[in-house]
Amino acid sequence: MHPVLTTVLQRLGLGFLTLFVVSFIIFASIELLPGDFGQAVLGQAATEETVAAFRKELGLDQPAYIRYFEWAGNVLQGDLGTSFSGRASSGVDRSRPVLDLVGPRLENTLFLAGMTAAIAVPLALFLGITTALYRNSIYDRTVNAATLTTISFPEFFVAYILILFLASLNPIFPSLANIDTSTEFWDRIYRSALPALTLTLVIVAHMMRMTRAAIINLLASPYIQMARLTGASQREVILKHALPNAWAPIATVIAFNLAYLVVGVVVVEVVFVYPGIGQLMVDSVTSRDIPVVQACALIFAITYILLNLIADVIGIITNPRLLHPK
Amino acid sequence: MTQTSQSYSAKDEATSFLAKRTAWDRAKILLKKSPNTARFGMIVIAAYVIVAVFAPWIAPYGQAEVFPVPYAPWGGDHMFGTDQIGRDILSRMIYGARNTVGIAFATTILAFLIGASLGLAAAINRSWLDQFISRSVDVLMAIPSLIFALVLLSIFGSSVINLIIIIAVLDSTRVFRLTRAVAVNVVVMDYVEAAKLRGEGLGWIMRREILPNIMPPLVAEFGLRFCFVFLTIAALSFLGVGIQPPTADWGSMVRENASLIQFAQYDLKAGLTPLLPAAAIALLTVAVNFVVDWFLHHTSGIKD
Repeated sequence: MHPVLTTVLQRLGLGFLTLFVVSFIIFASIELLPGDFGQAVLGQAATEETVAAFRKELGLDQPAYIRYFEWAGNVLQGDLGTSFSGRASSGVDRSRPVLDLVGPRLENTLFLAGMTAAIAVPLALFLGITTALYRNSIYDRTVNAATLTTISFPEFFVAYILILFLASLNPIFPSLANIDTSTEFWDRIYRSALPALTLTLVIVAHMMRMTRAAIINLLASPYIQMARLTGASQREVILKHALPNAWAPIATVIAFNLAYLVVGVVVVEVVFVYPGIGQLMVDSVTSRDIPVVQACALIFAITYILLNLIADVIGIITNPRLLHPK
Repeated sequence: MTQTSQSYSAKDEATSFLAKRTAWDRAKILLKKSPNTARFGMIVIAAYVIVAVFAPWIAPYGQAEVFPVPYAPWGGDHMFGTDQIGRDILSRMIYGARNTVGIAFATTILAFLIGASLGLAAAINRSWLDQFISRSVDVLMAIPSLIFALVLLSIFGSSVINLIIIIAVLDSTRVFRLTRAVAVNVVVMDYVEAAKLRGEGLGWIMRREILPNIMPPLVAEFGLRFCFVFLTIAALSFLGVGIQPPTADWGSMVRENASLIQFAQYDLKAGLTPLLPAAAIALLTVAVNFVVDWFLHHTSGIKD
């Protein structure tokens, strides 16, 4: 078998093993709940029967490993369990399946993340390549200083500054991104502009700096020297000679930053009251609605692990040393 | 023939001219050579520490003291106005330095105690212990830490102690990685071998043989880790699941006063109120980054 294929398969295997362990950890979190949890969810007035029935529904009368496989099997079939909220002490059960809560919000979050990526990735590549091209110019220094600042700012600071200037002082964009399924596509983009812009500012900085570093790193290698000696211009050297070899680290950084987007989205959604999965998760943490928290955490963790996995695989398959072994 | 008193004495010269520089002298020389950004960073950090330590004497009012006018404008009795239930913003900012920075600092120290000692133990041991800890850390790092922290907080509930322990454990994974990576290179040195043959225990080797030799990267990591912890705690408090009221804290202050930003058109100062605590967070992060940058530059000997 080709060595690259072996490495990629190994990496994939390791990735799925991680997924399995992570799903186990997220499942195990419910094990750590204090004993009187049924009482806490159903309220003080709950009778012993309702509490017992609730515990049975959670499966707390069965050993943990059986429950894990049941839970994992259900998750694989798309059944994420039932929310804790909406249950009353009288035994009336108005709770909703977690899937119904998560589904539409996941769509919104993916929309926001996709929109951010569509703006951020080309912008970061453009800035990274041009700053490498005009290294140490005023342009380079300004972009560097600006990105360094946005890196060290908390997301909500960036978000509120944008709100102050683009929504409050000059009402261009709405400060609350309330969208629903009936919102038109362009209207949706308009309303999601500020959250997407905030996320863009947060991740562009990192991606741009890594792109610039990857290219500048290559400029020291002998073959670039050779290209220079043949009389190639700076532009030609970077675009024709350096860039093709820099794609691997750049692709890795992009995938890694999209994974970071997963985390950044939580805070930004809360700032703009964007009805996404991050806000759902924070709300459920506050109300201690464990099944919803588990489902959201699982989705976040899977996205994060998969994107990191993709970054790794891209790094492996674009590495010429692995592609052409001796 | 006896020597006169004017004669040269090597001993005298050695003792009088080569008086060893004290730590204080060396610090002064170092400071003189430091770049402006690092000096700015150090001044900011020093100011934060002073405000945090002397908060009760500096703050005009108590952190939970409620005044009759909520959302009072800037000026008058309250320099930065009051918040949604009439607490003095300036006082809460000052106490916030103590609470937010203090909690982040305690968390970072705990993370280092856990991460560095496990990292050193794994680097020295290199057996099943190393494998076990390293693989567990791999798994923990596979989950984004903010998400993991949210899951754990939903289970254990939001209290300051829980917050400190959860963030410290999650962040100790990165400290472990770094400590192990740098310690592995030191463990193979001859003097460590000599200490082992001398029959020194694990604790001695960790503290006296390895730790002093891996200090610079660890100190730099401490600064960066502090920034991450600080931002994570601020983010969690902002989300409402971190430090709980009535404790003054910058993250939750941003959230509580966020609605004021809508009035920036009519009263710019009111609109700026929620940005004050956020700016305080950002300024400290930038300051620490400046100092760490300079420190790394200084200790690594890399000259651009």
